[in-house]
Amino acid sequence: MMLTDFPLFPEQASTVAGDVDNLFIFLCVLTGTVSVLVFITIFFLAIKYRRTPTNELAQDYEPPHLLELAWIVIPSIIFVGIFVWGSWLYFHLARVPNHAIPIYATGKQWMWKFQHATGQREINMLHVPVNRPIEITMASEDVIHSLYFPAFRVKADVLPSRYRKMWFQATKTGRYHIFCAEYCGTLHSGMIGWVEVMEPTEYQKWLAGGAEGSLASQGEQLFQKYACNTCHTNDATGRGPILAGVYGNDVMLSDNTVVKADDNYVRESILNPRAKIVKGFSPIMPIFQGQVSEDDLMKLLAYVRSLGSTKQPINPPESPQSFQSNAGAVTPQTTTQPKGNQP
Amino acid sequence: MSTATPTLLDVRFGQGVRNYLNEDYGFFSWLLTKDHKRIAILYLISVSIMFVLGGFFAMMMRVELLTPEGDLLTSDTYNKFFTLHGVVMIFFFLIPVIPAVIGNFILPIMLGAKDLAFPKLNLLSWYLYMIAALIGLVVIITGGVDTGWTFYTPFSTQYSNTHVFGTTFAGFIAGFSSILTGLNFIVTTHRMRAPGLTWYRLPLMVWALYATSIVILLATPVLAITLVMLMLERTIGVGIFDPALGGDPVLYQHMFWFYSHPAVYIMILPAMGVASEVVAAFTRKKIFGYSFVAYSSLAIAFLGFLVWAHHMFVAGISTYSAMIFAFLSFCVAVPSAIKVFNWTATLYRASVSWQTPMMYILGFIGLFTIGGVTGLFLAALGLDVHVTDTYFVVAHFHYVMVGGTVMAYLAGIHYWWPKITGKMYPEWWARLAALLVFVGFNLTFFPQFVLGYLGMPRRYHAYAPEFQVLNVLSTAGASVLAVGYILPIVYLIWALKFGRPAGPNPWGAVGLEWTTSSPPPKENFHETPVVSWDAYDYPAMMKAMGETQNV
Repeated sequence: MMLTDFPLFPEQASTVAGDVDNLFIFLCVLTGTVSVLVFITIFFLAIKYRRTPTNELAQDYEPPHLLELAWIVIPSIIFVGIFVWGSWLYFHLARVPNHAIPIYATGKQWMWKFQHATGQREINMLHVPVNRPIEITMASEDVIHSLYFPAFRVKADVLPSRYRKMWFQATKTGRYHIFCAEYCGTLHSGMIGWVEVMEPTEYQKWLAGGAEGSLASQGEQLFQKYACNTCHTNDATGRGPILAGVYGNDVMLSDNTVVKADDNYVRESILNPRAKIVKGFSPIMPIFQGQVSEDDLMKLLAYVRSLGSTKQPINPPESPQSFQSNAGAVTPQTTTQPKGNQP
Repeated sequence: MSTATPTLLDVRFGQGVRNYLNEDYGFFSWLLTKDHKRIAILYLISVSIMFVLGGFFAMMMRVELLTPEGDLLTSDTYNKFFTLHGVVMIFFFLIPVIPAVIGNFILPIMLGAKDLAFPKLNLLSWYLYMIAALIGLVVIITGGVDTGWTFYTPFSTQYSNTHVFGTTFAGFIAGFSSILTGLNFIVTTHRMRAPGLTWYRLPLMVWALYATSIVILLATPVLAITLVMLMLERTIGVGIFDPALGGDPVLYQHMFWFYSHPAVYIMILPAMGVASEVVAAFTRKKIFGYSFVAYSSLAIAFLGFLVWAHHMFVAGISTYSAMIFAFLSFCVAVPSAIKVFNWTATLYRASVSWQTPMMYILGFIGLFTIGGVTGLFLAALGLDVHVTDTYFVVAHFHYVMVGGTVMAYLAGIHYWWPKITGKMYPEWWARLAALLVFVGFNLTFFPQFVLGYLGMPRRYHAYAPEFQVLNVLSTAGASVLAVGYILPIVYLIWALKFGRPAGPNPWGAVGLEWTTSSPPPKENFHETPVVSWDAYDYPAMMKAMGETQNV
């Protein structure tokens, strides 16, 4: 291997990469300067005042104690500055932009499975369009993993207990590493893959490739397979709440508390429905913990999301055709529950 | 000072004089000893064996990482080796090393006491350590453990089929060994100080050990609870950490780090104590801002309890709690910075001797500074998202724990070796070793910062080819480091027999330990010292020495 073949700085391929690198470089310069100054001072003093026959004994002198105040106050102020900068970045990373393209990821010993809203499934490979925010909803089937895109400077642990979200917006086409960053057993270092960032047109072509219907429509099939639709009907006669328009909105529970119907609410309501009972309904739904795989759960979630929410998590705004075709794939099959039926 | 002055110039070498080493002979005089100095020697031998064992695992990992492919060890073996490296080095070396070896030996002597407050408890704590170590060895021989030293659930409770129970049980027992030592130190510091030895006359090593003991006493029981929960979860599935039973795997991380972050301070605070002693002795100067340095130890001990979740910024904690923990993490950096600046300021107009302990401590200050400032990178939330769980973190905590604690331990062992054994080590070889350790350490771990920022995750058996050059550099450094660590083991043992007699005070240092003979008698002092001077009262000593030189 040639010495020139190895990089010393990672590729910047997302909107936040530059921001993270700026803070990193700032800290390198700041702490590097301070450290070098400390080292020079130590060496200078340790040599200048080295022990010699004429300097057997230290001088009875103490520097002014105002110095101490200086090196308490000045670092503290600098630290607050770094804290604010770091927190600002963290908030930015935590806030998923509106209209992000939803992708569902499942971590499993030892592979990454990705599902696109249009129904495509990939293992250890992820295709995304450049310059579009991507929102990944993720869960683990077994132990804790961590989905890490070094070129995008983002990482989040993937838990077996609940959904987590991360987002990025790639800025450069190309192939970049996907790593698992949380130790997960034997082939932890083999739980890797590539993210392929494509031009939007290429991405559309890729999406057009074979899929078994959109994720939401696959979820709807499961909705019928598990006989959810016998209780969750689209009218008030059902024994379960109407699901249309629920996602993303507030739900009143039987103890009069109000919760937001987000991904984890939907997840819990399927796996352990008795944890939160919607006001006016009885706790009669069976527990699906251990009955539904993470992949299927994500399809069901995609279906519930498609039944109506405050934001439309479908496709890049630039491609209205695919949005319509996607929605079209859902609507004809939604025989029991027409879209937009608000309770 | 008047009582101490004559002994500073004392040239009686103590050979053939009754001391703690020749007081009794035979196997049982060691295994049943209640003498804190002999128990320190027992610990010295035990932790050294564990260090060699942990070092072996590290070296095997580094050799494996010479090539991107996982070709030397299988994945399972590699995973076991990094787990055992962590478990052995943290629970059986870094946590006990300075308190149980150096602290055990020197704390009662620094206090002018005959022994620790509870000598039998002290022996018990060594036996608990040995029981834990033996369980650990059985685990290693019968197949090891592969969870990482952090034992994250649910991998450790439901998925790993290695000896998780045995390892956590060993950690549980080792914890009680620490607790007993901490308790003993606290009571001893409160109750056994020599007449006249007020709190503000205590050497900074005592302050550091005292602060450490408080952390040990408050944090280690939480580890015990956490490990018991883990063992119950693994054996009978109680479900505290199991999402299928309504538990939360992230709760385990909170509980684990509630101990394991303070444990970092259990490792580094005594190292700071050693640094203060050595800087004072080899500059012949009182540490600048004595009380700031003393209180900064207590501040670190306190704040160290409030920063645990900074290990979990990507683990799924809320954004606001992450902010609070990040802020507190910056706070804990302040007292650490104070110490570095104060040690530096002590050098001003001092009489700096470049003998081996001082070389190690100058290295310690440098490496600890790098370890400390890279902690700022990790506390900066948005940046931590990228570098956490990568080699950046690996490099950071090795700079703190190896560059910090191990360097300070080596400084302390060289500094007090003449007191412990009555013999001088060979200075030339010792300086060479110090240099090798410093160079080898930086070559090993500095490339890992770059690797981490490039995105190489930790605990990877195989890695992407573009990371190879930096990994080869790191392995080369580890080889140099290994030589640097083996040398002291050889020449310190050599010095036991061939070293030149040290005399009571080879460094011309002040402090109660330098007023008694080397090695000290069983009861430490021939007569109970009465203290009428501040710690590091070099001006008084200089005056005395100046007067003698004029004669």
